[in-house]
Amino acid sequence: MKDIAHHLLDIAQNSVSAGANIITIKITVSPKSKSAGKQDLIIEEKVSDTLTCEIIDNGRGMDQEFCKKVLDPFETTRETRDVGLGIPLLKQSCELAGGKLSINSVPYEGTTVKAEFEIDHIDRIPLGDVAGTVKMLIIANPEITWNIKFSSPEKEFGLNTCEIKHYLEDIPLNNYDVLVWIEQKINEGIREVFGGVLDEIS
Amino acid sequence: MKSVEELKAIREKALKEISIRDNENKIRIVVGMATCGIAAGAKSVMNAFAEELAKRNINNATVSMTGCIGICRLEPIAEVIGVDGEKTTYVKLDAEKARRIVAEHIVNQKPVVEYTIGEAEK
Repeated sequence: MKDIAHHLLDIAQNSVSAGANIITIKITVSPKSKSAGKQDLIIEEKVSDTLTCEIIDNGRGMDQEFCKKVLDPFETTRETRDVGLGIPLLKQSCELAGGKLSINSVPYEGTTVKAEFEIDHIDRIPLGDVAGTVKMLIIANPEITWNIKFSSPEKEFGLNTCEIKHYLEDIPLNNYDVLVWIEQKINEGIREVFGGVLDEIS
Repeated sequence: MKSVEELKAIREKALKEISIRDNENKIRIVVGMATCGIAAGAKSVMNAFAEELAKRNINNATVSMTGCIGICRLEPIAEVIGVDGEKTTYVKLDAEKARRIVAEHIVNQKPVVEYTIGEAEK
């Protein structure tokens, strides 16, 4: 995948197929814990922060056994064939950028997929068009409550489609003007929270 | 709150535009959006379909996504399913081709034969 937004689009659909009706996409930038002691000697130390992307759903979940196997490309619930590459590809993208992928799942409660990247790693893929990803997901699944959260050490942004629905009343969420508005809001949020924090966002 | 007012304005506008024919059967455009499709560029294809339908104010067609259609080497794939259930499968799409399909197939009801799966496999 070219960027993180493409991965999110792919992984979020696993949540949709798992029958979730609330899906949270959370992107966080957090400083890496510095090794204590030496700080007063080094005036400016470049420490790479961590970019964490989480997809949290309340779908049917997986038992522990399947949860371990799911990183294997030859393990999938799909019936068209025996190979599933979504999770393995994301794992690869994380690991190439000094990060890791972890999956936490409780049967009948939901699943959390957590992908971590080292922000300054030369091989970290860019964030990409997250707003566009959310727009596509809403077009295809307007009945699901989408919860979008961004946070960096200084700022936060949140958007919840359930709240938006409340104000729209009888107008569907996948009305194009609404979608464009949501896309704009998310882009503003990304600029606000990650501007200057991630190199690709000015 | 500014956003709330913006949403209310969108609602007012949308209410005026909803046509009575809204509940009629619609043409469905289904884009393959599994890992294979996404990696091949299905996201921009789906965006182009949605954008073009909105731009042309087309109310009798909807866009949705589905999983793997089963021919990953021909992705991005989209199926146009007519009101009568007739299905046209378009392969190896991009945003430009998607716009042309809206103009010719959805608006003028003339399938773009050169992008169909039958042509690609010749």
